[in-house]
Amino acid sequence: MEFSYTIYIALIPFAVFVINGLFGSKIKESFTGYLGVAGMVVATYLSYFTAYHYFFKVGKAVDGAYQKVIGFNMEWLRFTESLHIDIGVLLDPISVMMLVVITTISLMVHIYSLGYMKGDKGYSRFFAFLSLFTFSMLGLVVATNIFQMYMFWELVGLSSYLLIAHYYQKPSAVAASKKAFIVTRFADLGFLIGILILSYLTGTFDFNILCNPEGPAFMQSSSAVFLGLSTMGWALILIFMGGAGKSAMFPFHIWLPDAMEGPTPVSALIHAATMVVAGVFLIARLFPIFAIVAPNALEVVAVIGGFSSIFAAVIACTQTDIKRILAFSTMSQIGYMMLALGVSGYGAEAGLGFMASMFHLFTHAMFKALLFLGAGAIIHAIHTNNLSEMGNLRKYMPIPHITFLIACLAISGIPPFAGFFSKDEILVAAYNHNQIYFWVEWIVAGLTAFYMFRLYFGIFWGKEKKYDHTPHDAPFSMTFPLIFLAIASAIVGFIPFSNFVTSDGLPFDIQMHWEIALPSIGIAIFGIIVAFVFYKKESDLPNRAVASFGSFYKYALNKFYFDELYLFVARKVIFKRFSSPIAWFDRHIIDATMDGVATITNYIALKIKGLQSGQLQQYASVFVSGVLLLIVIFIYLISV
Amino acid sequence: MIEGISIHHILTVTTIMFFIGAYGFLTRKNLITMLMSIELVLNAVNINFVAFNKYLYPENMQGHFFSMFIIGIAAAEAAVAIAIIINIYRNIHSIDVEDIEQMKY
Amino acid sequence: MDILTSLILIPVLTVLALLFCKELKNIRVIAAVGMTIQLLQAIRLVFIYMAERASGNDSEMILKKSYQWFESINIQYAVGVDGISVLMILLTGIIIFTGIFTSWKMEYLTKEFFISLIVLATGVFGFFISLDLFTLFLFYELAVLPMYLLIGIWGTGKKEYAAMKLTLMLMGGSALLLVGLLGIYFNSAPDGGQLTFNILEIAKVTIPIEAQRFFFPLTFIGFGVLGALFPFHTWSPDGHASAPTAVSMLHAGVLMKLGGYGAFRVAMYLMPEAANEMAWIFIILTSTSVIYGALGAIVQTDLKYINAYSSVSHCGLVLFAVLMMNQTAFDGAILQMLSHGLMTALFFALIGMIYERTGTRDIKKMGGLMKVMPFLAVAYVIAGFASLGLPGLSGFVAEMTIFVGAFQNEDTFHRIVTIIAVSSIVVTAVYILRVVGKILLGPMIDEKHSLISDAVWHEKIPIFVLLFTIIAMGIAPLWMSDIIWESLGPIVDKLVMLTN
Repeated sequence: MEFSYTIYIALIPFAVFVINGLFGSKIKESFTGYLGVAGMVVATYLSYFTAYHYFFKVGKAVDGAYQKVIGFNMEWLRFTESLHIDIGVLLDPISVMMLVVITTISLMVHIYSLGYMKGDKGYSRFFAFLSLFTFSMLGLVVATNIFQMYMFWELVGLSSYLLIAHYYQKPSAVAASKKAFIVTRFADLGFLIGILILSYLTGTFDFNILCNPEGPAFMQSSSAVFLGLSTMGWALILIFMGGAGKSAMFPFHIWLPDAMEGPTPVSALIHAATMVVAGVFLIARLFPIFAIVAPNALEVVAVIGGFSSIFAAVIACTQTDIKRILAFSTMSQIGYMMLALGVSGYGAEAGLGFMASMFHLFTHAMFKALLFLGAGAIIHAIHTNNLSEMGNLRKYMPIPHITFLIACLAISGIPPFAGFFSKDEILVAAYNHNQIYFWVEWIVAGLTAFYMFRLYFGIFWGKEKKYDHTPHDAPFSMTFPLIFLAIASAIVGFIPFSNFVTSDGLPFDIQMHWEIALPSIGIAIFGIIVAFVFYKKESDLPNRAVASFGSFYKYALNKFYFDELYLFVARKVIFKRFSSPIAWFDRHIIDATMDGVATITNYIALKIKGLQSGQLQQYASVFVSGVLLLIVIFIYLISV
Repeated sequence: MIEGISIHHILTVTTIMFFIGAYGFLTRKNLITMLMSIELVLNAVNINFVAFNKYLYPENMQGHFFSMFIIGIAAAEAAVAIAIIINIYRNIHSIDVEDIEQMKY
Repeated sequence: MDILTSLILIPVLTVLALLFCKELKNIRVIAAVGMTIQLLQAIRLVFIYMAERASGNDSEMILKKSYQWFESINIQYAVGVDGISVLMILLTGIIIFTGIFTSWKMEYLTKEFFISLIVLATGVFGFFISLDLFTLFLFYELAVLPMYLLIGIWGTGKKEYAAMKLTLMLMGGSALLLVGLLGIYFNSAPDGGQLTFNILEIAKVTIPIEAQRFFFPLTFIGFGVLGALFPFHTWSPDGHASAPTAVSMLHAGVLMKLGGYGAFRVAMYLMPEAANEMAWIFIILTSTSVIYGALGAIVQTDLKYINAYSSVSHCGLVLFAVLMMNQTAFDGAILQMLSHGLMTALFFALIGMIYERTGTRDIKKMGGLMKVMPFLAVAYVIAGFASLGLPGLSGFVAEMTIFVGAFQNEDTFHRIVTIIAVSSIVVTAVYILRVVGKILLGPMIDEKHSLISDAVWHEKIPIFVLLFTIIAMGIAPLWMSDIIWESLGPIVDKLVMLTN
């Protein structure tokens, strides 16, 4: 079976982008939306087809492991004989899985946007950028080499920037888009330097060569050591920095909550389901190198992931903007995935964490997209993001209510919904690696359940608030994706994931670990009960709880002042201490030196211009005395 | 070759003439007087040419020719100079050399 | 007719035709027609070049012609091109073509303006085809001098000051350069025999190392002044800010490239030993100018100043790459020249158009322009993204090639300066997005701006041409990179011979 058609999975959205982008203002507006959906239908079909063929027909090599298949490859730019950027399609379990995830969510978001964005001024622009994003994200996951990945990495950053700034006349949206781009760009700087070091050490960009255990990446044991880490380790940590930036890991998380300024479908697609997991995907892609060559770097991944998950979960409990709560929840869940990768080993059974991480990525994409789309339906109905302005919406919006509940149950890890299975695997992997991680994640599981149900009860129960007009249920184009994703969130957990996606391609079977699962279900239910008691009815319990936490609550509410810290660094340090002095230096030192040369010349000229007096006889006297002087010199001083 | 007068005598006279001319040129303020001083210088040179020719290379005639040329050119030059001076006078009503300083700086 | 000479003759004939032209309309048409032919010739040259290479001609320079011009000191009119100069000629053709269209509405002394502009272009074309150092220098001066008139007469703001400063600093550079070139000439035959100005012949001999040590810095700085080498860059902000639109385009787009090209083709190629020895000094200077220009751009408020500092940063990267002494980095340097030429020309064209509409270049006085002029705004955003090195646009190709090339050097010093240079991509993102956010997005600040109209046809032509080339270069860089790559062969061979 040839896989060369896979390139069209990415190219179709690109073609849609070009058509919508160039002619969007000329053709009928609604057509652009339908074109986007049609393109995604084809791409989704192709990627399901690919997945079917890959997993069930031809993916396995003779030894039973899933192999890497190059579907398409083309040289794009050559640096040296061995270093060249190719554009191609690499199919292996994780990229095929990502193809399915991206096209599914993207298709759902496209359909949803038909209803959500209706009547928006930038309708065709929105669909054009949505296609651009889908193209870039697909290009990213099928990348055959790390530089191709970097290119599409930047492109998803671009699409994210453009989509966050969709309401470009709103200053907060503009600021948020700028922040998202610059923060991730800064992280990408690390990624780029990491790539440069890696490519220098191994002489290649190609994933197939890099991840090959007999390849050059694994011959680097004797390279120089700096601050306790080998050069390779530093390269990998720098690459992880890029991943952390895109995945909003601590300390690069600050852009994600602000990115919620974009339209809600965008938040669902980009800032929940697909783009933000690119960092996880990146680590997974380079996993053999991380696991074998630089376990230290992998430990860093685990620590950052674990810390981010609890950090974000704590903040999420205090926020009131529903999209921001979901954003912090996303950050927390990605922390889970990072942690799972960090605690994983390489190999079939040892690679349980790897598999769990990918599994969680998969399930998380479904229920988090669902949560965002549900939130979008609510915002669409009552035109506010603020939790305190919502209440008792369940009777107006039955479908969003039910689907939202399913998603909340899934994310809290209540069986038999999808999140339970993937989270359980992560906890098992963490438990096997280091118990501290396990207990941290156990607490996070409780917090997750608490803040999700705080959201749920806050929106759908509680006291009814005054609304501008009666909240209306969403149109079919919006409810269909909700229903579809709700079904997916309910059942995808039963997929025997370890039979498809593992760290080395060899399938294995997993067992339930009830001794781990039961405590985690327990704390989740505890979280739900607390939320139920606090928020089912209006009460002063939440305020008393807040009071008992004191200033810690204030810190969490203000996101531990990280925004302020970054703003301080940007404004006061970079701007005031570097840029302004440089601008001053340039004007007043360097430029002044150049002007000074001119001034000195001018000054000397002024001083000696008196010689040119215009008095003929002065000139003549000088002339005559000069002649006399020469005569004296020639006669007396230079004796021939 | 004139009896009793050696070339030294002639050169002494022309040197004195030359320096009188040069002195006049540098000190007189009146343009006409300066022009006359230049004539003095030129004529000193003329005499020198003739004298050298006569005393040192009597078989050649270059010295004579040169002085002829100088006389001719001096005449032309005087004509031009006086035309200039008249024009200057018309413009600034003065032929004092110190008043003519438009070309400074 | 010989195509290379025709590249000089066409502008000269256009200038002659303009001289005898009276009506405003005719003047524009003649200039536009002349430069269109010129652009077509430049494109044809690319095809001729590729056909020639395809047919197996692998000599260093092709289409060579040489006429004795001034015999006693062996000055020749020697022309010839390789892949690098072919691409630079194409760039120049594009920029002068678009420049004519951006000056369509120039109404003050139109004829004289176009004549000066085209004379400048003639110099640039001549520079790129010359193989003889003397003619090269002659054309170089021909390109620099009209700048004085163009800024001094048609400029805005402190134009006399800017014109004077620019011309004097560039002339200062030329003075150093002339000494350097003469030094090369007098050492061009160390074993005796005929002295020569011909680059190809000089390349065959090794100039004595003592002479190189003296003349290399002179030549490099001489060209470097035009290439905005820190700290000799200060003519650039003032000059660009005062110059009329087309002149800024031509100046930043092409003239600054003369510096990089010359530093590469003359200084590095002819005196590799000294270049190798002294590279570190200039590497420090250029990496400074990369980051310094970028940081300097952050706080500026005048659009043209921002772009001028950004040019300092980007052109610094060109010289930086040139000094990295390997084929990849050289490749990147040439790509960066092309890429920067295109995008900075686009930037200046757009800034000029925005200025015509709003009457200001102060970013604090503008806002929300995306709404009233979507076409120009989108073009500006694309130019900005090209500048910050987004994949799919030209800047990415060039910058990545430079960074990978620079990273091939093994020692720590090169590593550190490379990382410093790489970090400029973040700073670039900051100042580009700051401008985009301030002037194009957000709410409208000035009520009057709501009456602004979008681009008209003679503004759309240059924008389309430049956007097309930027995107084409970004999407399919390989053919261009290949042309450069093979032309770099002889130069790299000379350097490799040296290191062994």
